Amino acid sequence: MNFLRKQLDKIKPHFDKGGKFEKYAPAFNGIDTFLFVPNHTTKHGAHIRDGIDLKRVMITVVIALLPALIFGMWNIGYQNMGDGKEFLDYFIFGAIRFLPMVIVSYGVGLGIEFAYAIFRGHDVNEGYLVTGLLIPMIMPIDLPLWMLAVSVVFAVIIGKEAFGGTGMNILNPALVARAFALFSYAPYMSGNTVWVADSVADGVSGETILGSLAANQVPTQWSVVDMFMGYIPGSVGETSVFMILIGAAILLFTGIGSWRIMLSTVIGGSLMAFIFNLIGSSTNELFNFPWWQHLLVGGFAFGVVFMATDPVSAAQTTTGKWIYGFMIGIMAILVRVVNPTLPEGMMMAILFMNVFAPTIDHYVIEGNIKRRKKRLQKVKA
Amino acid sequence: MSTDIKIKKGLNIKLKGGANHQISKANRSKTFAINPPVFHGIQPKLSVKIGDKVKVGDAVFYAKRNEQIKFTSPVSGEIREIVRGAKRKILSIQILADESDTFVDFGARNPGNLAAPQVKELLLESGCWPMIRQRPYDVIANPSHSPKSIFISAYATAPLASSFKVTLQGRLKEFQAGIDALAKLTEGNVHLSIGADDSFLEGIKGVVIHKVSGKHPAGNVGVQISKVDPVNIGERVWLVDPQDVASIGGLFLTGKYNPTKIIALAGSQVEEPQYYKVIQGTQIKDLVNGRLKAGKNRIISGNPLTGFKVTQNDPIGFYHDVISVLPEGDHYSFFGWMPFIGNHKFSMSRTFLSWLTPNKEYDLDTNLNGEERAFVITGEMEQVFPMDIYPMQLLKAIVVEDIEKMENLGIYEVAPEDFALIDFISSSKIEAQQIVREGLDLMIKEVG
Repeated sequence: MNFLRKQLDKIKPHFDKGGKFEKYAPAFNGIDTFLFVPNHTTKHGAHIRDGIDLKRVMITVVIALLPALIFGMWNIGYQNMGDGKEFLDYFIFGAIRFLPMVIVSYGVGLGIEFAYAIFRGHDVNEGYLVTGLLIPMIMPIDLPLWMLAVSVVFAVIIGKEAFGGTGMNILNPALVARAFALFSYAPYMSGNTVWVADSVADGVSGETILGSLAANQVPTQWSVVDMFMGYIPGSVGETSVFMILIGAAILLFTGIGSWRIMLSTVIGGSLMAFIFNLIGSSTNELFNFPWWQHLLVGGFAFGVVFMATDPVSAAQTTTGKWIYGFMIGIMAILVRVVNPTLPEGMMMAILFMNVFAPTIDHYVIEGNIKRRKKRLQKVKA
Repeated sequence: MSTDIKIKKGLNIKLKGGANHQISKANRSKTFAINPPVFHGIQPKLSVKIGDKVKVGDAVFYAKRNEQIKFTSPVSGEIREIVRGAKRKILSIQILADESDTFVDFGARNPGNLAAPQVKELLLESGCWPMIRQRPYDVIANPSHSPKSIFISAYATAPLASSFKVTLQGRLKEFQAGIDALAKLTEGNVHLSIGADDSFLEGIKGVVIHKVSGKHPAGNVGVQISKVDPVNIGERVWLVDPQDVASIGGLFLTGKYNPTKIIALAGSQVEEPQYYKVIQGTQIKDLVNGRLKAGKNRIISGNPLTGFKVTQNDPIGFYHDVISVLPEGDHYSFFGWMPFIGNHKFSMSRTFLSWLTPNKEYDLDTNLNGEERAFVITGEMEQVFPMDIYPMQLLKAIVVEDIEKMENLGIYEVAPEDFALIDFISSSKIEAQQIVREGLDLMIKEVG
């Protein structure tokens, strides 16, 4: 470590002001501060600071994603190879297909982030550490890598950097990537059938549960336990509610994820699905799908825990968070059940509410301003 | 009338090196100093020149825009040096002290028999006036105003803060006289907040007593004002530190300006943290010499959240009752951002194992523990901000200098110290106190 520090200190002057590579300082600092938390001390304000920084926050989210990620890789193998194989066989099969996606996502995304940092002369922001892992986890596993790369480019440049980078974006960049892929390469992304379709084994159909339901067939091959544990077809991250709950526990325990958004989204989704249950329908099986099972299938759980809670694109006020989450739940199930083209509504619901989050906050804050004005009038009266 | 103030939001930061409840007398300095920049927003105009002899209570300088406000010498001696900085700004006035002090006699008076203008005049003349500060803007009160109420917080919650039980020891008579004098200055109430478990100030008369409980910043006077009598546009609330109330009382009882105060020398880099009886303007070196541990130290006049970084030659801050000494944190830490490792750093989040030991006292250094970033995490500021104000939105309004929005979002109710915990907990390392100070200065300039 000391050796490494010495080497870094040796090259550092070249990147300082007036150095040979001054322009590339953001890139060097990006790597330097990744290896070592810098020796910066407080100049003004509080002299002591909390141990947390954005890197730590983002890495904690990455850790929370790992259970779902590892299970997802296993599940790729399980869904493709059928029963009777070793754990490791499934896992390696999945890893061979999934890891290239992660590498492409990080490679392309971080490349753009570093280029932007150098071009604009600001520090490399940590936001992409999470986004870069989320993107492959919500894409179909058989999406060609070049499509993934193009989606990442779109998400980072249009979804984030165009607004000023991490902290300034309006939409969740990972969902921007997915939405872009959905509209550009629809045959790969419809959500009706997923990656198992080309290698059917053991009677496992390629259709997701929601895809079947949308086609008005009630899938019978999966039990509720399958849905909860995640032995069902779907994108890498989304299938195992159990693993997602472990991630949720990490986020809530560390205090990094917003429990208000998670809870209100689940309440909103349950309520909407329950209402559809009450209405019922003979022509649309999704109306009849039990409300609590709605929470177990598709991208709902993953969206609740890792997407809706993105602090930048979510509502920022406490009251706003309740409204924002609740509306996501409602919209997600609404799109799922009523919309004939999209079997899954979570992505659209979150993107939709991302757009409305500033409006929600605006009215919450107006409420605070009105309270203050009222207080003044009371004093004057 | 009195209300219990219970604060739920906030954060207590437990630091190593809290002061022992023992008071020693500090050695008398040879040179004393007054640094005018300590008085925010005051443009100093000298009333002395080098070589002048001064007594305790003789004016050294006054405020250019409000000549009534005088700043007086804490010792008798000779003006030795006037240190100036860029644009001839006066940074420090140094006074070579006599062996013992001679005092200007302002005449002892019973504050109960005086009218407001007489009380004001005595406070202004003696140099006690700067002890009275105001909300909004967190600056010295304007003597031409009449505040709607006066607040005194005798409940300390900041890390390493002095205990008022110690600093007010044996001064209750003076404290009462100070209250009597201050009561003349407002048509409203004088509010005194004390800890829910403290009883030593319960006998004080002429005040509305509030029992405060909760985590820091429950002791911040601004938080208490917001719960009891919030500041509206155009209103003024004044505030005084408890020790200064006693000094004001001493002035009325004895007719002399009393510049002594009890301060704590605390922090993990202090050999034996305890209290000292000092005179205003004592240089830091005279207090800390031989009392600090070896190593690179950061000396802070004030508590570690709101104080100023000082050098050995600076005087003890006029408004401060603690000198904190912490280790400098100019070191690298390899993969120091790795979650769930290390118990030596404190965090409001549970991304360190430090949550396992809630009662541990920490030896925190001055490392920023990261780099400044854009606002990303939401909701963290609100957790430590117990006022009906949206702190992040207010900070953003200040950054873009949107005066109307700042006004609407409650800038008149806040002071930089209320944002100190936001400085601390911010994962984006936002310099909230500095932003608020700049915002308040902008409001003074634009609105007044």
